[in-house]
Amino acid sequence: MTRRIADVLVVFVLSATAVQAAASRAEGLAAWQQVYSVLTHPRCINCHTASDHPDQGDDRHRHAFNVVRGPANQGVPGLTCATCHQRANASTGIPGGPGWKLAPLSMRWQETDGRILSSGQVCRSVTNRATNGHLDGAALLEHHSQAPLVRWSFAPGRLPSGALLTVPPLTHDGFVAATRTWVEAGTPCP
Amino acid sequence: MSLATYALTVNGKAHSIKVDSGTPLLWVLREELGLTGTKYGCGVAACGACTVDLGGVPTRSCVVPMSLVGDREVTTIEAMANDAVGRIVQDAWVATDVVQCGYCQSGQIMTAVALLKRLPHPDDRAIEQGMGANLCRCGTYVRIRLAVKAAAQQLQRGRTP
Repeated sequence: MTRRIADVLVVFVLSATAVQAAASRAEGLAAWQQVYSVLTHPRCINCHTASDHPDQGDDRHRHAFNVVRGPANQGVPGLTCATCHQRANASTGIPGGPGWKLAPLSMRWQETDGRILSSGQVCRSVTNRATNGHLDGAALLEHHSQAPLVRWSFAPGRLPSGALLTVPPLTHDGFVAATRTWVEAGTPCP
Repeated sequence: MSLATYALTVNGKAHSIKVDSGTPLLWVLREELGLTGTKYGCGVAACGACTVDLGGVPTRSCVVPMSLVGDREVTTIEAMANDAVGRIVQDAWVATDVVQCGYCQSGQIMTAVALLKRLPHPDDRAIEQGMGANLCRCGTYVRIRLAVKAAAQQLQRGRTP
């Protein structure tokens, strides 16, 4: 009788643990979807292109002025990102931040025709340490929390017309919290 | 309106400028310092006529407010005659007879100098990409390309035309 009770308790504890793990993964996946909604917003994905140029605007059109990626993702001699983009948003309506540049092609989140990659594809790209700059979960959280260009996307300033640039669907705090939940769940991917 | 005093070094000369922090560098150069070689074209960084060298980077001075210039040194077209590469580029411009109306040419030359300092032997594609955002309504692009190539050849030979 005692042994039977003990067996039941073991099964109960194991089941509870399994449920907790499954819930944690489910929470992680839900959090990832929130992260994905930010990463695919034009303020982010316009510089995570698969082409030789950045995009701009909420309609994600090709960046004007014949701007091209260049070998270091910062433009080419004669026409670099810094030719216009300064270290902070300019009162003249040109957005800016420290080290303004395109994401490397290994961190492209769209097809060459502009179609946005699926949630699973972006997740696997972001978590692939062979191509993401060797970032583990903690480093990804740090990147989302502190990287100047990530932070810029939540405070992108005004266009030359005076209109505010649109921002991602989460606040920066919400984005960091979602990233933390996703990382604590082991960075699960759909 | 927030007036501030800025220490600004232009073409090796130090200045103290008191202007609104949002004043574009272009207008400080032209109106405060009288350096009118740098031109106003579009005012939104779209044409390149206002290009100056700001801390080693060819920069659209019409969209850089004084608040973001910092301690970076400014070099304008007025200093190109005394710049080793600038002199060669200007001579190539004259020898190739690039200029028609001339309004965009100071920006074109500033960009060409920046291009050649980073890439002394640019091919056609590099010239198109590096110079492609400097517009010329007279359509002198073919002669600009020829002059950049001529300057590159002179740089290779290490002497002026």
